[in-house]
Amino acid sequence: MISKDLKKKLLRGMLRLRLIEERLAAIYHQADEIKTPMHLYTGQEAVAVGVCAALRPEDTVSPYHRSHGWYIAKGGNLCAMMAELMGKEAGCCKGWGGSMHLLDVSAGVMGSSSILAGTVPHAVGAALAFQIKGEDRVAIAPAGDAAIEEGVFHESLNWASLKKLPVVFICENNLYSTSTHLRDRQPSVDIFKRAEAYGMPGSRCDGNDVGDVYTKTLEAVNRARRLEGPSFIEVMTYRWREHVGPNYDWDLGYRTKQEGEEWMIRCPIKALAAEFPAAQVQSYTDEFEKEIDEALVFARQAAFPREETIRV
Amino acid sequence: MKYSESIRDAQAVMMRHDKRVFICGLGVPDPKGVFGSTVGLKEEFGDKRVFDTPACENGTLGILLGASLQGMRPIMVNQRVDFFLLALDQLINHASKWKCMFAGRQEMSVLVRLIVGRGWGQGPQHSQSMHALFAHIPGLTVAAPATPYDAKGMIISALQEGGPVVMIEHRRLYDENQDVPEGIYRVAFGQAHVAIEGKDVTLVASSHMVAEAKKAARVLLGQGISVELIDLRSLRPLDVQTVYASVKKTGRLVLVEGDWKPCSVSGEIIAALAEKDPKIFKSAPVRVMWPDMPVPTSAPLETAFYPSIKDIADACLKVLGRPVLAAEVKPEKANFNGPF
Ligand SMILES: Cc1ncc(C[n+]2csc(CCOP(=O)(O)OP(=O)(O)O)c2C)c(N)n1
Ligand SMILES: [Mg+2]
Repeated sequence: MISKDLKKKLLRGMLRLRLIEERLAAIYHQADEIKTPMHLYTGQEAVAVGVCAALRPEDTVSPYHRSHGWYIAKGGNLCAMMAELMGKEAGCCKGWGGSMHLLDVSAGVMGSSSILAGTVPHAVGAALAFQIKGEDRVAIAPAGDAAIEEGVFHESLNWASLKKLPVVFICENNLYSTSTHLRDRQPSVDIFKRAEAYGMPGSRCDGNDVGDVYTKTLEAVNRARRLEGPSFIEVMTYRWREHVGPNYDWDLGYRTKQEGEEWMIRCPIKALAAEFPAAQVQSYTDEFEKEIDEALVFARQAAFPREETIRV
Repeated sequence: MKYSESIRDAQAVMMRHDKRVFICGLGVPDPKGVFGSTVGLKEEFGDKRVFDTPACENGTLGILLGASLQGMRPIMVNQRVDFFLLALDQLINHASKWKCMFAGRQEMSVLVRLIVGRGWGQGPQHSQSMHALFAHIPGLTVAAPATPYDAKGMIISALQEGGPVVMIEHRRLYDENQDVPEGIYRVAFGQAHVAIEGKDVTLVASSHMVAEAKKAARVLLGQGISVELIDLRSLRPLDVQTVYASVKKTGRLVLVEGDWKPCSVSGEIIAALAEKDPKIFKSAPVRVMWPDMPVPTSAPLETAFYPSIKDIADACLKVLGRPVLAAEVKPEKANFNGPF
């Protein structure tokens, strides 16, 4: 059972993430301050928040192009993220990374890559290092439903299982690779069932139920801590906004608004917020909006990197 | 000590000295130990630090890079350069950029050992050197040691300095002998070595071609020609300055490299000198390199494909405006007789 305290933590985590992403969507083109391809996490909050709640600070996450959710959920610094999105010196990569390359080593957020499945082996390698050094730590390897089509993803599963490494693979199945549906890319074999072929447990959870994500992740993380090897979790979720950029894209025609609305009705935040008094949720909202205001002020006031950094 | 033994020794010394270092790759713990270069390491250091891998070069490199982000110093061994081409995503998209992309807050470290094959019909997919491909990429260090001394010193530099280092080892150098100091010493990257001092013509070589160029220089000495032989030692960073100083003196330049001409390291050197000092050349420089086609398999075709000692000597004679050699130069050693 999930305690009330944990539920509060999960709700706050998801709400904060949602407000950050929605604010970014709102300001993206207002003054074109954010000049970086941005893959928003709106709708998928329960995944990163549920997974990260099952981790310890010293555990690591190796995010991918849709990186904001993982960075924030694992405890990445918000001011440094906002400054990075604006290309500022105070950004987490001093303006060299942008939205797809966030990093906060002190929070356990390893550098993220925009190459599909590029960081999946990095998480396996972190787990290898933990094993060699005898450290009680776990690495998380998130990947989209298209990233798992890459060869390196399968190479990583094979290694991790062979060496019984403390890593948990999370597939965020939001049904689409940009605008191409899963059915046009993969044979109709449930994704989580493929884990069995690599000799590791695979499970599926409801990405609109943060408690389900948390519980299944905790099970997998505990198994890793017991040195019993990796696990694979497929989370069914949905990206509300366009693949890259701040807008909705129902007009494009690759998916229907009706499909989107069916997912939005089951919004993971709305579902959990219903268990709390409205005033309490409102006070969290106010608190986070203020924090975001301040982070944006920080980012706007920060300096750009100096041109001399570019050497001939 | 043989080249293969110096590599083995460097790795063993560093593993004794630095707990962060571990080594893996296809065949690493085999009885033959990757042409002798990893023999006995598993026995000394155990299978947690010396191990085989599944056949997945990109995955393996990515995993080692991930381990390096947790403070490890991995070595990845590849029996041929060609096999490692499957790992270019992790090398180029990830390792080479990581430090810059994350503003120095994270850096990936790995020593990638790559062996170049030649002869005995190894053909188009077991004989590529790919110098230019690796040397093109900012953020990588590319070493191509020609001697046992340099091989050991560069392995130690790579493991001590960190960052992604690609070391190209030519299979034909594996039996080269030289006195090599015990213990730890470094050979710096980006510093060419004047292997022979001379005054008439500058001959620039790297990797196995240094050994071949030495033979050509001996032949030319018999004709009264004094060759200055420069061993580049690393292909990135590239020590153009040492070549410049030599050509300033000789005015004549021949470059010999086991790779294709277009976009090559040798072409880069000529371009850099031309940009710096267009009047430096007394005659047009000449590159002695591979024909612009995949490496062949059949023995007579191999012979025709690879530059001979005569080809190197003739190029030097040509830039000096002298007639070429009348006859082939006989190889000193028996040819490589396989199998791999
Ligand atoms: C190796 C590689 N191929 C193609 C792309 C272009 N690309 C960027 S995001 C994307 C879709 C990824 O879909 P998925 O993995 O499901 O993640 P999602 O965007 O849905 O979160 C593609 C094809 C890329 N970044 N890297
Ligand atoms: Mg997807």
